[in-house]
Amino acid sequence: MRPFSLIRPTTLAAARARALAEPQARPFRAGGIDLLGLMKEGLRAPAELIELHALSATEGAEMRALAATEGGLRVGALVSLAALARAKGLPPSFEALREAASSAATPAIREAATVGGNLLQRPRCWYLRHPDLECLKSGGASCLAEGGENRLHAILGGGPCYIVHPSTLAAPLVALAATVTILGGGGRRTLPLEELFAPPRERIDAEHRLAAGELLLALELPAPAPGLRSVYEVAKEKLSHDWPLAEVALSVVVEGQTIRGARVVLGHVAPIPWRALAVEQALVGQVASAELFARVAPLASVGARPLAQNGYKVALTQGLVRAALHRACDVPIPE
Amino acid sequence: MTGATKLTRRGLLRGFGAAPVIASCAGPSSGEAAAEAVSPADPLIDAVAIGPGLAPLDLRLNGAARTVEAAPQATLLALLRDQLAITGTKEVCDRGACGACNVLIDGEVRSACMTLAHDVAGREVTTVEGLATSGAPSPLQRAFVELDALQCGYCTSGMLISCSALLSRARGPLSRAQIQGAIAGNLCRCGCYEQVIAATLSAAGERSAL
Repeated sequence: MRPFSLIRPTTLAAARARALAEPQARPFRAGGIDLLGLMKEGLRAPAELIELHALSATEGAEMRALAATEGGLRVGALVSLAALARAKGLPPSFEALREAASSAATPAIREAATVGGNLLQRPRCWYLRHPDLECLKSGGASCLAEGGENRLHAILGGGPCYIVHPSTLAAPLVALAATVTILGGGGRRTLPLEELFAPPRERIDAEHRLAAGELLLALELPAPAPGLRSVYEVAKEKLSHDWPLAEVALSVVVEGQTIRGARVVLGHVAPIPWRALAVEQALVGQVASAELFARVAPLASVGARPLAQNGYKVALTQGLVRAALHRACDVPIPE
Repeated sequence: MTGATKLTRRGLLRGFGAAPVIASCAGPSSGEAAAEAVSPADPLIDAVAIGPGLAPLDLRLNGAARTVEAAPQATLLALLRDQLAITGTKEVCDRGACGACNVLIDGEVRSACMTLAHDVAGREVTTVEGLATSGAPSPLQRAFVELDALQCGYCTSGMLISCSALLSRARGPLSRAQIQGAIAGNLCRCGCYEQVIAATLSAAGERSAL
């Protein structure tokens, strides 16, 4: 890594002002897992790291919060994945979030990696991360994955770049209708988490809609509707410490045996966390059953355009959705 | 042999083998001017700056207070191995992907390669060297030896750290699944996972028998 300075601001205003003066050269640092990886690969060479862990107790309180709120949950951007995974008193309805936080990376990484960093990390596309190659995202003229090695790339929503969004927490947070609070030049704003993510057609230099110097402060999960259950299902090549091939997080509101609401979110198959709206619509108003789940699961890949090597993700995603629905609704899998 | 320095493999590498290797791998940073320091035109407000260049930090390392100097870009792993010559913690992938450099920071398992030296200012760091008490191996370390939980040994320090942390935080009898979860980030290419699990179960059993 090239030499740099560590800047330890005590206030949010000081952190933002310092970063805003030279955004490219002065990234914020939280857990630093993604950032140090990029720096070790020579993909970033910042002059300063603005250390968010240095914020004073008062100034950093919102970013460090992990607390119940009127039936819901507030999760600060600086909360580690490990702290989230082992949080006591997490409502059972938020099980998908706990499962995802326990499944990402490794125990040691989860102690350092933060919720904010997990949502804002750069994609793991091997072309983007190759120090000697230029892809669309790194200033080149074309996506190298589109006609190259693309078995881990997007089947949905891709083009002109085919990354998959790397966050494992994004899918369960969107499935649980999380909102995100951002601190920027105009003060604070809150938006649905799904609106944080920018597809490549909209923005090629980043995967989010934050402006330079803006800080992701915290997420809020609303109080779950009575009967809401959520689950997270993932397929990886290795059982531990691997990036997902595909994942699904879903929440369903079940009243008696009838599904009254559903949010189904796919991960690692699209450049953003992907709402499977066709599945959601087909579920609502129906009685939970193996037959229903077998019928709606194929709708998860509506609109899929697989590349040469990732057609397997279509069947994999459908299978994960089906397995998740069975588990969430407590319907035994027939076969 | 009178007066000759005793040569060990590790000492040999430390003495002259590794020095040119390290120098040649240092990359563009070694020959360049240090990164631009905080300039008078760009004053710090409500913040402190560390570096560029060496800066002191205090930590507790294996129970002893230490004051060291480290550059901001030095990882905790580099501080331990290259600067303090505490080499039980191994460097393998240098990307947090293998678990060989796992250490305890305030009791939590962390990758030393993905931690900056200055991150541990004021904190307690425990390496594999700190698991023994008064030079006597811990029950877990003894179980690793007795049950052959290692072959080449490169993953062993990290395995011991992960399993020690599990033993200190787990209440009641340990399950295989708990141990598998604890070592989910520790790669062993010799394939000693089963023996690591057996050794950790054995150490847990010994503890509960007390």
